[in-house]
Amino acid sequence: MNARLDAVWRQALPPLAAVALALVAGGVLIAALGESPLEVYGLLVSQAFGTGYGVGQTLFKATPLLFAGLSVALAFRAGLFNVGAEGQMYLGGFAAALVGAYAPLPPVLLLPAALLAAAAAGAAWGAVPGVLKARFGAHEVINTIMMNFIAFALVAWWGRTLFMPATVRTAEIAPAAVVPRLDVLVPWLRGSPANLALVLGLLLAWALGVWLFRTRAGYETRVLGLNPGAAEYAGVRTGLAQVQAFALAGAIAGLGSASFVLGYKHWFELDFTAGAGFMGIAVALIGRSHPLGVTLAALFFGALAYGGLVVNRHVPADLVNVLRALVILFAISAYALFERAARRRRA
Amino acid sequence: MNALDALLFAAATLRITVPYALAAMGAALGERGGVVCLALEGIMLHGALAYVLGAWFLGDPWLGLLCAIAAGAATAALHALVTVTFRADAITSGIGINLLAAGLTRFVLVTVFHSSSNSPRVVGLPDLPLGPVAQVPGLGPLLATPLVPIVLVLVPATTWLLFRTPFGLRLRATGERPEASAALGLSVAGLRWSGVLLCGVLAGLAGAWLASEQHSFTDGMTGGRGYIAIAAMIVGKWHPAGAAAACLLFGATEAAQIALQGSGFPSALLQALPYAVTMLALAGFIGRATPPRALGTPYDPERG
Repeated sequence: MNARLDAVWRQALPPLAAVALALVAGGVLIAALGESPLEVYGLLVSQAFGTGYGVGQTLFKATPLLFAGLSVALAFRAGLFNVGAEGQMYLGGFAAALVGAYAPLPPVLLLPAALLAAAAAGAAWGAVPGVLKARFGAHEVINTIMMNFIAFALVAWWGRTLFMPATVRTAEIAPAAVVPRLDVLVPWLRGSPANLALVLGLLLAWALGVWLFRTRAGYETRVLGLNPGAAEYAGVRTGLAQVQAFALAGAIAGLGSASFVLGYKHWFELDFTAGAGFMGIAVALIGRSHPLGVTLAALFFGALAYGGLVVNRHVPADLVNVLRALVILFAISAYALFERAARRRRA
Repeated sequence: MNALDALLFAAATLRITVPYALAAMGAALGERGGVVCLALEGIMLHGALAYVLGAWFLGDPWLGLLCAIAAGAATAALHALVTVTFRADAITSGIGINLLAAGLTRFVLVTVFHSSSNSPRVVGLPDLPLGPVAQVPGLGPLLATPLVPIVLVLVPATTWLLFRTPFGLRLRATGERPEASAALGLSVAGLRWSGVLLCGVLAGLAGAWLASEQHSFTDGMTGGRGYIAIAAMIVGKWHPAGAAAACLLFGATEAAQIALQGSGFPSALLQALPYAVTMLALAGFIGRATPPRALGTPYDPERG
C-alpha cells in the first residue's frame, strides 16, 4: 500500500509543482499591477467555492473541460496527440442543436438522439486524422489542427442558411431535448447553469478508467501508446486501434458540447467552444491522462475560469489565460526535468 | 479580367502572402534544426503587439520593428528553453506559447490601453523612395512597403543559408541525426537554439507587418496565420522555395475569396482549401512530404 501511495505521489508532485509555480508567477503579475496577490487569489477561491452559486458556476465551467480533457487523455494513452477536440466539440454541438431543434422524433427519444448526434459528429471528425495516420502515416497534430479550421469554415458556411435571421445561433431546441439543470436536484446550486452533462462526464470518466485499465481493448491501446513496436509484435492491429482511439476521443469531445448547447443556451452559437477543446490539452497534461487526475484538473481549471471573471474588478480577467498557459509550459518542463532526474538516480 | 485587374489581384495576393512567407521561412529554419515550430502563431501575436507598443511609446515605426524582432526572439527563446534545454515536447510547448500569447497580449492591451479589443492608431512603416516604380498601379505601392522587398530577398537567402553554408549543413544535420552532429563536436543545443531564434525574429517581423498594415493591434489579430504558415512550410516540404510557393498559393486563394465575396460563390470552400491541401500533402498525395528525421525528438546526450 505504501508503494502505491508513493507511486501516486510521484505522479502528482510535478503537476502540483507546476501549478504552484504558475500561481507564484501570476502573483508577481498581480503585484506588478499594484494589487495584493493574496487578496486577489483569496477572492477567487471564495467566489469559486464559497457559495452554492459559485460552486455551480465552477462546475459549469469545468464540464466541457472534463470532456475535452478525457478526449485528449484517451488519445495520449494511445500515443496520439488530439489537438482537434475543439473542432470535434464544435461540430458535435452543431449536430446536437440541429437534431434537438428539427428531428421529427417522439419526445422521449429526442435527448438521446441529440447526444448520439453530438458523439457521432465528433467521432466522424476525429476518425479522419486517425485514418490518415493509420493508412498513410500522416502526423495527426497538423491534421487535427487543419480539421479544426475546416470545421469552423463549414459551420460558418452552413450557418448562413441555418442561423436565425440577424444572429449567429441556430433555432432553439425542443424542450424534450434539454439537459436538466443540476439545481433541480441540488437546490443549493440555485441560479447556476451547471447541468446534468456534468454527471454524464463523470460517468464517462469512470467508464474510461474501466475501459483503459480493465478491458483487453484498453490494454492494447495503452501498449500501443507505450511501445508501438511491442504492440505490433504482440498482434495488436495497430492501425485499427489508432482509428478506434481517435474516433472514441472525437465522440467524447463531441459529447462535451451537451453542457452548453443542450443544458445552458439550448441552441448552437458561433464560437461557443471558446477554446475549451484546446484547454483539454492542459487538463489532460495536468491530470496525467488518468480519468481521476483529469477530473480534478478540470475542476481546477473550471474554478480558474469562473474565478477570473469575478476578480476582473482588480486585475484583467485575462490573467487566468496567462496562468493556464504557464501551467502548461511549467508542467511539461517539470515532467521532462523530473524524468531526467529519475533516470539519473536509476543509472 | 483585364490586365489591370490581374495586376491588382497579384498585388493583393502578394500583400496577403508577406506575413505567411516571413513566418514560413522562420519555421523552415527552426524545423530543419529539429524543433517543431507550432509556436509561430504566438510569436507573431507578440511581434504585432510589440510593434504597436514601440511605435506608440517611442514614436518611431522602425523602433517598433526592432521591438517586434526582440519580442519574437524572446518568445522563441522561451520555446527553445522549454524544448531544447529542458527537452520537453515541442508540440505542447508551441500550443502553450500560443495560449500564453493570446492571454498576455489582451492582458497588456487592457492594462496599457484600457481596451480588451484594440490599441489606438499608430504609425505604419514608411514607404521606400522608389521613384517611378512606385507609380505602377497596384504593384508599385506594394514594392515600396519595406517588408515586401525583404521577403523577396529572404526566400533565396534562406535557401542559400540552409543549403550552401556550413551553418545550414550543420543545422540540417542536427535535425536529421543529432547524435552524428554531436559526434562531430557540434553543439546540438546551440544549433537548435539558433534555428528557433531565427524563427522568432522572422515570425516577429511577420507580426510587425500585420500591425503596421493595420496601424493598430487588435485582439487575436493573427487569426490562425501562424498555423497557415506552418501548413505552407509542410506543403513546401520543409524547403524555403517550396514553402514560398505554397504561401503564394494560399495567399491567392485568400485574395480570390475576398474578390469573390458577395458573388454567390461558396467562399467557405476556398477558405477551407489551404487546410485540405495541407492534409493531402501530409498524406502523400502531393509527393512525399518527409519531415526532418529527428523533428520533434529532444536530443538527450545521455541516451544518444
